[in-house]
Amino acid sequence: MSEQLIIQLLVSGLGMGFIFALIAIGLTLIYGVMGVVNFAHGEFIMLGMYATYLAYVTWGVDPVLSLPLVVALMFCFGLVVYYVLIRRVLQGSMQSQIFATFGLMVFLQAAAQFVMGADYFAVRNSWLSGVVKLDGVVLPVPHIAAVVGASLATVLLYLLVFRTSVGRQLRAASQDAQAAATLGINGSLMYAFAWGIGAACVGVAASLLANFYYIFPRVGAVFVLLAYVAVALGGFGSIHGALLAGVLIGLMQVVIGFFVSSELKYVPVYLLYLAVVLVRPRGLFGRS
Amino acid sequence: MLEVAHLDAGYGDHQVLWDVSIRVADGEVVALLGPNGSGKSSLMNSVSRLVTRLGGTIVFDGVALHELPAYKLPRHGLSHVLERHRMFPQMTVLENLQLGAGPGASRDKVARGLDKAYALFPRLRERTRQVAGSLSGGEQQMCAIARGLMSEPRLLLVDEPFIGLSPHMRAEVDAAIRRINGEGVAILLIEQNVAVSLAMSHRAYILREGRVVLEGRSAELAAGDAVPQAFLGRIQPARPN
Repeated sequence: MSEQLIIQLLVSGLGMGFIFALIAIGLTLIYGVMGVVNFAHGEFIMLGMYATYLAYVTWGVDPVLSLPLVVALMFCFGLVVYYVLIRRVLQGSMQSQIFATFGLMVFLQAAAQFVMGADYFAVRNSWLSGVVKLDGVVLPVPHIAAVVGASLATVLLYLLVFRTSVGRQLRAASQDAQAAATLGINGSLMYAFAWGIGAACVGVAASLLANFYYIFPRVGAVFVLLAYVAVALGGFGSIHGALLAGVLIGLMQVVIGFFVSSELKYVPVYLLYLAVVLVRPRGLFGRS
Repeated sequence: MLEVAHLDAGYGDHQVLWDVSIRVADGEVVALLGPNGSGKSSLMNSVSRLVTRLGGTIVFDGVALHELPAYKLPRHGLSHVLERHRMFPQMTVLENLQLGAGPGASRDKVARGLDKAYALFPRLRERTRQVAGSLSGGEQQMCAIARGLMSEPRLLLVDEPFIGLSPHMRAEVDAAIRRINGEGVAILLIEQNVAVSLAMSHRAYILREGRVVLEGRSAELAAGDAVPQAFLGRIQPARPN
């Protein structure tokens, strides 16, 4: 097997992996801070991708340029979802929380289908398209962009969560909301932030994905299912876990898709998930 | 400085405090006493707005606390060290202390608070970079008190600071609380041990079944036998009508 091939697989795998990781980190952040599973997370991806697409075809804004805008938009969307919907069911039963985000999922999918139709769209000939050839290695540009963009976003997120005052407050509220309140931390604001940041992570992933993936109302399901696996594999609420598991899943499915068969590329991923969940139900980095 | 008047409080439909009135004056140490389940912690948690108020008022230096959410209290000079210290176990001692200063605290305030914290509990200085969860129970309690002081409160609520502590640690925490009070911070204290509690405080309230059944100067209460009588339920609260 040639070196070139290994590098190509590595870049593709890492590209997908970091995208899974970003989506999973958003999910695990929301879960970790407030114990709510966002079933509409995939639809957040879909919204981010449509936003990227519409900016491109309507105003000719390249995905590279619209990325910060999409991220900001998604952050605001996360806040809105929290204040309009989630805040109202926080005191409710777990079922009502599940139905709230599940209902949001159905609503967003149906709304997208109503507005955009069921057609597949694609961003064509953006700046991040085509391939680069280096010394016999052929690398798709969108994959390189995904690796660079998503890993950069992950680093920024880490700095935000682990190095800033807001991040400290966020972690405090997630570990013990009542104790955090006695120290002057506004729990509701932190919850809103978690939704904003979680949605913003998805915004980055969606914007990068739009360069090389079709956009349709149910596109989120393709990615979010693996993001759920990444969250469970890494341990619910663990950012490190989601990052590691996301990258691992990305690499696995690309490598297996190439060497075994692309129909079977998810099988080992779910087998690994099953094995971890059976042996260590709290996941690799989960708190017991 | 703190005036709780005719307070009714509870969890949901379940009322746990009836017509409770207490006050804490400037610089005073006030103890809350009573058997298990008498409502001491519920009263303290009502003052810091963690338990739902059903009626009555809580006023602190002219500010109606009962109209504020819990997270706004530290900025008015009130700080609460919860029962069982409630450190953030996965965060370092330093991070815990920084959080104590409150969101948006200036670097100066944080630095000042840290100096004070390490002066009060020198052993915390060596533990700065350690995760709080790896500290001993006594050290975590010290850290929690230090964290509670970071916001520079005028009134500190401390719920059972001695629980599960070794005699040596008890002595250290006891000395620290006296020192904090010596610097002018008023203290509302819950401590199970009646003798310790009365020795540490100026005044005390004895609660039973969610009502205040006895109050007085600690020295006088320690001398007489009213406290054990109140514990045993032989003193009934004066009930309206």
